[in-house]
Amino acid sequence: MKLVDEFRSPQAVRALSERILAKDGTWRFMEVCGTHTMAIARFGLKELLAGKVRFLSGPGCPVCVTSAHDLDLLIAVAGMPGVVLTTFGDMLRVPGSRTSLEQARAKGAEVKIIYSPLEALELAREHRDKQVVMAGVGFETTAPVVAGTLQMAVAEGLDNFYVFSAHKVIPPAMEALLRLGEVRVNGFICPGHVSAIIGTHPYEPIAGGFGVPCVISGFEPVDVLQTVLMLIEMSEAGRPEVRVQYRRGVREDGNPKARAVMDAVFELADAEWRGFGAIPASGLVLRPEYAAHDALKVFDPRVESAEEPAGCSCGDVLRGITEPEDCPLFGSYCTPENPVGPCMVSSEGSCAAAYRYGGREQ
Amino acid sequence: MCLAVPMLVERIDGEMAQVRLGDVTRDIAMTLAPEAKVGDYVLVHAGFAIEVVDREYAEETLRLLEQLEGPVYQ
Repeated sequence: MKLVDEFRSPQAVRALSERILAKDGTWRFMEVCGTHTMAIARFGLKELLAGKVRFLSGPGCPVCVTSAHDLDLLIAVAGMPGVVLTTFGDMLRVPGSRTSLEQARAKGAEVKIIYSPLEALELAREHRDKQVVMAGVGFETTAPVVAGTLQMAVAEGLDNFYVFSAHKVIPPAMEALLRLGEVRVNGFICPGHVSAIIGTHPYEPIAGGFGVPCVISGFEPVDVLQTVLMLIEMSEAGRPEVRVQYRRGVREDGNPKARAVMDAVFELADAEWRGFGAIPASGLVLRPEYAAHDALKVFDPRVESAEEPAGCSCGDVLRGITEPEDCPLFGSYCTPENPVGPCMVSSEGSCAAAYRYGGREQ
Repeated sequence: MCLAVPMLVERIDGEMAQVRLGDVTRDIAMTLAPEAKVGDYVLVHAGFAIEVVDREYAEETLRLLEQLEGPVYQ
């Protein structure tokens, strides 16, 4: 595959890993992107750098960090008469506090899996008698896409298209994690496609304020290994900065056009993260101008306060203080077939990655 | 979930475009990356181009890696 295969070259992987393994000391780097979690597990990078570099997973899976309360609200909207709920496939089986979208669908709710919000828009065009709700879950990569779709709906006068926004932004969660001080990290492997939108600037307080180097990374093994090397070299030099490894996809100022679309539709608000609780100014809600398309305002779902599943360690896994294999439910009561917590449900969750590829450092 | 795949822009039609990856073609929206041209690679996420892939930087990264320690990629 063009622009992919070159970044999987075994020779490059060998040369980079030898350079890393020859370094003094040991290093702990955290990724905050489910696609990195999967890439590191799939390409065996934990094993490759075992004893030298420890990869930790942070709150990088948007499905996983969606609170049980938000899921309950979404499921309540899905069950309302006349509503067609459209969602990315990963959300379907994630348990809320009592049920999941999949179970709601079995009981008659109209829930459709889509690949793109444009499909939800098409449904709204075809079924003007239905209320089509797009489940907006995802970080800064996805929020502009949902925002752009809503702008198209408004331009077409589709008054039966709604967005349920559980969108979140990632840098405040990284700062929250450092502020908690529970986990020691020598650097962040920053998300490539989130950063394609936001650029380098939002990570400055992490490098400048907390002194933790940040490298925005691509997703192929060569990308991740080069990122690790850059993080180590920055630490050795005692100069924590924000740098871009994934320069073919990320400009320093990100994508201003996509940000303008996102900012026109959404504004920052406090948000509840699974494992963290409320993080100030970390969520995206629809601006008042879009209230007529805001599923939370229009359908006003009411649910009881939610509790996390008993015994589930997802919250600790998301904060990087527990590894999936250390959860008492892992692999026995909680498997991808019968998941208890979201980290096992989502294909990008750290528990699912650890179960599928085996991830524990020996 | 933040997966994005580089795809080749084959045709642009207003706010939409046809893109290709191997034998797969898709119609995607170009509103977030309006500067993309036919022949560019774009990063595609959830039916939208979110960025134009910078091929010069792609090649530069590979060149840097080559200099690490002899030839490091084919």
